[in-house]
Amino acid sequence: MQTVLAKIKLFWPLIKSLQTGLLVSTGLAGYMSARCPVLNPSTMAGLLISLVASISGSTILNMWWDRDIDAKMGRTQKRPLASGKINPEEAFRVGLALAVLGVGIAVVMDVLYGVIIFAGLFFDVVVYTIWLKRRSCWSIIWGGVSGGMPILAGRALGVGGLDWVGVLLALSILLWIPTHILTFSMRYSEDYRDAGVPTFPSTYGFGFTRATIAISSILAALAMGVAAWEIGLEWGFLRLLGVLSFGLLVLAISMIFRPTERVNYGLFKYASVYMLASMLLMMI
Amino acid sequence: MRMSILDRILLLITGLLAAYQVAVGIDGLATIPTIAYTIAFGVLLIAGLLLIILGFEVLDSPIVVDVSTVMPLSLALGLVWQYLPQYRTAYLIFVLIGLLAVILTRANRMSNKMPIIVLALVHGVAGVTIFLLPIWLAVQGITGAFFSLVGVGGGLIGVGGLLLSYLKAGRPILSREIILRIFPGLLLLMTICFVVGFMFG
Repeated sequence: MQTVLAKIKLFWPLIKSLQTGLLVSTGLAGYMSARCPVLNPSTMAGLLISLVASISGSTILNMWWDRDIDAKMGRTQKRPLASGKINPEEAFRVGLALAVLGVGIAVVMDVLYGVIIFAGLFFDVVVYTIWLKRRSCWSIIWGGVSGGMPILAGRALGVGGLDWVGVLLALSILLWIPTHILTFSMRYSEDYRDAGVPTFPSTYGFGFTRATIAISSILAALAMGVAAWEIGLEWGFLRLLGVLSFGLLVLAISMIFRPTERVNYGLFKYASVYMLASMLLMMI
Repeated sequence: MRMSILDRILLLITGLLAAYQVAVGIDGLATIPTIAYTIAFGVLLIAGLLLIILGFEVLDSPIVVDVSTVMPLSLALGLVWQYLPQYRTAYLIFVLIGLLAVILTRANRMSNKMPIIVLALVHGVAGVTIFLLPIWLAVQGITGAFFSLVGVGGGLIGVGGLLLSYLKAGRPILSREIILRIFPGLLLLMTICFVVGFMFG
């Protein structure tokens, strides 16, 4: 038992629990936004397990592939794979097993749901991480597409098919991703440069990156607002979503006119809080 | 000064209460009070979140004065619009001009006392409105007795605003450490007063 606990403790940093938790919350929100009977324990358990397993598996596979560049960056060189605490082959097997488990459960629950979950995994691991991340800073678009898949999958499971609200919700995540990733790549731009990973700041400069963040934040808030309206969120919750979106916009615009490291960090953190709060509102 | 875990918890509860007030606590009101209260509690919510994320240093930002003017002004406007219909237009004009005056006098970095006078005047009128109007309404029986808590919340805003203003002006009433130590608790107490006052008043 102690060995299992020790293994879990060792592997825990590989799944990036906060990021995985945020993505799982989008999948749950997508499902609950369809106003399904959410007190269906077996469906909820299947949804939760498939999302956690597939997203965790995908994250571990990313870490496995990127362990060489993680070892070059100060921020990531202490990660278990980069620092050699975990055997890469073992990590690969665990990542693949979790991914197969997640997609498998998803397909059994609903074929379309499973296909979308698989697409998210494929875009994230193969297209974003393996193919494009080291070649182009525009790879984040595919990171965004894969990030939008859990909410689209959850929505598709809830309504029994693809609808434009689901696409809009996925679009809001896709547009939110640059706010999250670009503020991060600005904060650690030297790390990424040292590791040879192309980023928006290193390719187009900080000014262009800040403008991109502001525009994508505005569009993400708009897409989220329209989706919430179409879902039929109560007026009070729409007001709250509006307030939270306003905070995101103020910070994003402050990034252009008063660019400081503090504002950058604030926007990065606030964007995560904004996404989590938006998802909770969709679930209520 | 580093923010403690307790400070973060107090600010989180403040934010959650403000979020509740925006989402649920002001349902069914007319358009202008709804907008005014949404702005007031929305500012409180975002301010709480930013304090948690960025720490007390965020209070050193020059924009804090403008933002901290928005909250009492919009709250006072909501109260006047709801309970003093004969003064609606006049108060709306005062709020718009007051806010504009605070922003402009501070943006122009005037070296005379004009920014302080404008700030004191605008904050003073809004503060007195929030403090006295709910208590008067409760005493008169126009609202429930609990509505007087909104006035108590208004008083606490005044105390907080006063402490911060004097601190920023370089003439602190209490030391910076003491002010920052009590600030999260003061914000939470103020928010509880508002939420309970609106809910049961």
